[in-house]
Amino acid sequence: MRSFKPIIGLEIHVELATLSKMFCGCPADHFGKPPNTQTCPTCLGLPGALPVPNKKAIEWTILVGLALKGNINKKSKFDRKHYFYPDLPKGYQISQYDEPLCFGGYLQTSSGMVKITRVHIEEDTGKLQHKIIGGKKVSLIDFNRSGVPLVEIVTEPDIHSAQEAKEFAQKLQKIIRYLGVSDCDMEKGSMRLEANTSWGLNLGYKVEIKNINSFRFLGKAIEYDLKRQKKILETGKTPQQETRGWNEAKSETVTQRYKETADDYRYFPEPDIPPMIFSKSYISKIKSQIPMLPEDKMRLFIDKYGINTEYAGILVQDKSRADYFEKACVFAAKQSINPKDIANLMLNRGIDGKFSDPEKFISSLVSKNVKKYSGQSELLETIKEVIKKEKKAVADYKKGNDKVLGFLIGALQVRLKGRADPKVARNELIRLLK
Amino acid sequence: MKKNILSKDQIKHIAKLANLSLDEKELQVYTEQLASVLNYMEVLQEVDTKNVPPTYQVLDGTTNVFREDKIKNSFTQKDALIQSKVTHKGYFLTKNVFEKRKTSVKALNHRKRKVIDKYNAILSVADPKGNIGHKDLFVTKGIETTAGSRVLEGFIPQYDSSVVYDFKEAGYATKYKLNQDAWGHGASGENSDFGPTKNPWNSNKVAGGSSSGSAVVVATRKVDVATATDTCGSIRMPSSYNNVCGIKPTYGAVSRYGVIAFASSLDCPGLLSNSVRNLRKYFKVINKKDPFDATSQSKNRGQNLGRQKGIIGIPIEFLGEGIDSEIKEIFMQAVETFRKANFKVRKVSLPHTKYGIAAYYIIAPTETASNLARYDGVRYGNDRGYFGPEAKRRIMLGTFASSAGYTGRYYEKAARVRTLFIRDLEKAYKKVDTILAPVSPIPPFDIGEKSGDPLELYLMDIYAAPASLSGTPSLSIPCGFTKTNLPVGMQIMGPRWSEEILFDLGEQYQKLTDWHKREPQS
Repeated sequence: MRSFKPIIGLEIHVELATLSKMFCGCPADHFGKPPNTQTCPTCLGLPGALPVPNKKAIEWTILVGLALKGNINKKSKFDRKHYFYPDLPKGYQISQYDEPLCFGGYLQTSSGMVKITRVHIEEDTGKLQHKIIGGKKVSLIDFNRSGVPLVEIVTEPDIHSAQEAKEFAQKLQKIIRYLGVSDCDMEKGSMRLEANTSWGLNLGYKVEIKNINSFRFLGKAIEYDLKRQKKILETGKTPQQETRGWNEAKSETVTQRYKETADDYRYFPEPDIPPMIFSKSYISKIKSQIPMLPEDKMRLFIDKYGINTEYAGILVQDKSRADYFEKACVFAAKQSINPKDIANLMLNRGIDGKFSDPEKFISSLVSKNVKKYSGQSELLETIKEVIKKEKKAVADYKKGNDKVLGFLIGALQVRLKGRADPKVARNELIRLLK
Repeated sequence: MKKNILSKDQIKHIAKLANLSLDEKELQVYTEQLASVLNYMEVLQEVDTKNVPPTYQVLDGTTNVFREDKIKNSFTQKDALIQSKVTHKGYFLTKNVFEKRKTSVKALNHRKRKVIDKYNAILSVADPKGNIGHKDLFVTKGIETTAGSRVLEGFIPQYDSSVVYDFKEAGYATKYKLNQDAWGHGASGENSDFGPTKNPWNSNKVAGGSSSGSAVVVATRKVDVATATDTCGSIRMPSSYNNVCGIKPTYGAVSRYGVIAFASSLDCPGLLSNSVRNLRKYFKVINKKDPFDATSQSKNRGQNLGRQKGIIGIPIEFLGEGIDSEIKEIFMQAVETFRKANFKVRKVSLPHTKYGIAAYYIIAPTETASNLARYDGVRYGNDRGYFGPEAKRRIMLGTFASSAGYTGRYYEKAARVRTLFIRDLEKAYKKVDTILAPVSPIPPFDIGEKSGDPLELYLMDIYAAPASLSGTPSLSIPCGFTKTNLPVGMQIMGPRWSEEILFDLGEQYQKLTDWHKREPQS
């Protein structure tokens, strides 16, 4: 086999955390709810029901597209995508075909730039469970999820390793969480990953890998399947174009058993929904809502607050934690407390878990400090004692060895049981040693 | 012209895309019928549509209709599941998706349904004291709603359509659910899975469709008003065949929410009554914007309120070949009546008239194939084996016309021709205020007379197509009788949102004539 490199494209679905569903007023938050308790004529596909799109879901999809540096289609529309499956109540999914809300854009990974093909909005399907009941194989359907707004993000086949795919997906998750439009919880299924993999675009096949519910599995599944494909290619054959699922128990991908559906979705414009046109001012209004994204925030923490790269990276993992840190720093600045100490206390002592309000966290530090430090007279008294006692160190200092200053302060702290204000003590010590 | 020959394998592929199980005999029949219909559609290829954009919706350019992100009440679990045949602990239950699905064959053995009245117009009596009849496409909470199809036999909806709701609020209780061509598929009223509706003027004749039952109960004065829908003549045809008045409103004037969808970009819910005066009154109840229908009532709806009405246009293409001479004569008398009442009458041309049927019978089946995809018997109703022959034919036709490789030649082409229809009318309405035309090229015919050839029935819709494809309103009113005492109707068409002008003209005509007062001897 010639030296090909892995070609990977991702298709990522993210459920939006809107209050209501995409086309009706049923609650969108479906996780863990009793089955079929959040449905109505529209999301159950009853005869005569019609869809009316959720304004917020449109805005948030545009927000995602803009955060990924994409373009917004001035004119956009919904289309019907037809296929038959029991979890699809209307026999078609309202999706977007040739005029998605957003197209283009990119996300940088440590191995290079990954271009975004498109970002569009569609509706989620119901949920199927395959069971044996009374000795018969049956499928149970819950339509609570039916009609939940779903953003689809499709990348170009620009990814060249399992590691890069993982990094991309993790970065994307962080960005979407920063935007506050989805919790992107892989376990709950509010973020779903699919990978299209091959060893070359011109080899006449690609393998789609589904059923991946963690970033770790994404890496493992891609790695496993690329190896599998390579083995086949090395025998001079072409791997079969197919959909495979990750089986964690066996640590391998397996051919997915899907109900045979003909591959012709017969897309046509959704006649029940008027088209959409977006003005420049509308788009720039949404653009202005994009908060500082994790990478920029990390840079800020390093440059402005002097936090090291490792700590800054951890702080920006979670937007609420990064926000907490920033707020705490604002209060800390007034008390001349070093942001590094705050980062240290947050990351090593979990102090932000103890104080929900960053202001209270800072004032607790201040009040501790006030109590801790001894009074001026006690301090001066003790410094004199130390100078008297530590003759050798004092002599060394006078010879020009500044390092012993630390030792003297240490001795002072021992006597005062740590109640010396380090800054004040240092200044007084230098003064009295003159 | 290229002859279409479809192979059986192609038909099998289309059936699979449409999720229909066809037996050998059906495969044979549809292979032949589809080829013949598609050959007729070839006429569209004559039309130059270069630089003509396709029209998929008729909404006055309305865009960005959204709802705020607010939670509304959902069904209880019980209500969600109540129409399903099999459930399990709060879930809908279906055969395992990996198992091969069998469609019921028993569907083909017609079970008899109780016939309530001698014209087979009424499917069920909801409240004998009620005062309105609803076409069975209108979903009625707690009252069986079948759309005239055995697929929905026994379906008791969990909600009311907006029109039914508005009438209830205005004091109109549902008296009847009314027979119709199943799903709205038909011009004669013979395509109901529950048997044809008979014409009260001569019970051997068809009642006209698809709103057949609605027209009959109004004609026989069992109710003063009945709801109906018009996708391409389904209000106007039965109105003409039963001697009643009908309004097919502007697309979007009346909410489609809860009206079982036939062809979403064409469906216009409307009304039938015995006088234009009454129609105008009832129309006020339902002529409103509905937050549940994103395509209802565009911002431009006030645009024709102050329109003139002195000049009436007569479309020359409607009066050439194909029209029954008696109908033409009766229609010309009606034109004379207007002329004598000081209206100016001018000839207008709608040059794309002859392409109307081909365009319509691609667009509507494509949309209906999509709209009927939801009927899988899991959440409500019966499985897809229960579709009648006409529904299957249209599902097959529409699936084909929108399938990969064919959509450009059919669905998209038809949508471009649709644009030309709209332009024809726009041009005409610059010269004239309204257009007067016959409704049907022929008077009511014998039940069964045309059932052998679907295309022959499709051609009945020729005069209905312009208003439907362009989403413009049309008022259908009685204008005479044939020598054998069968009613003949005419339509007054106008630009979008001109209903009030059409009513003005209709009322004026009905002051000068009394055709509409005649009742069938029943």
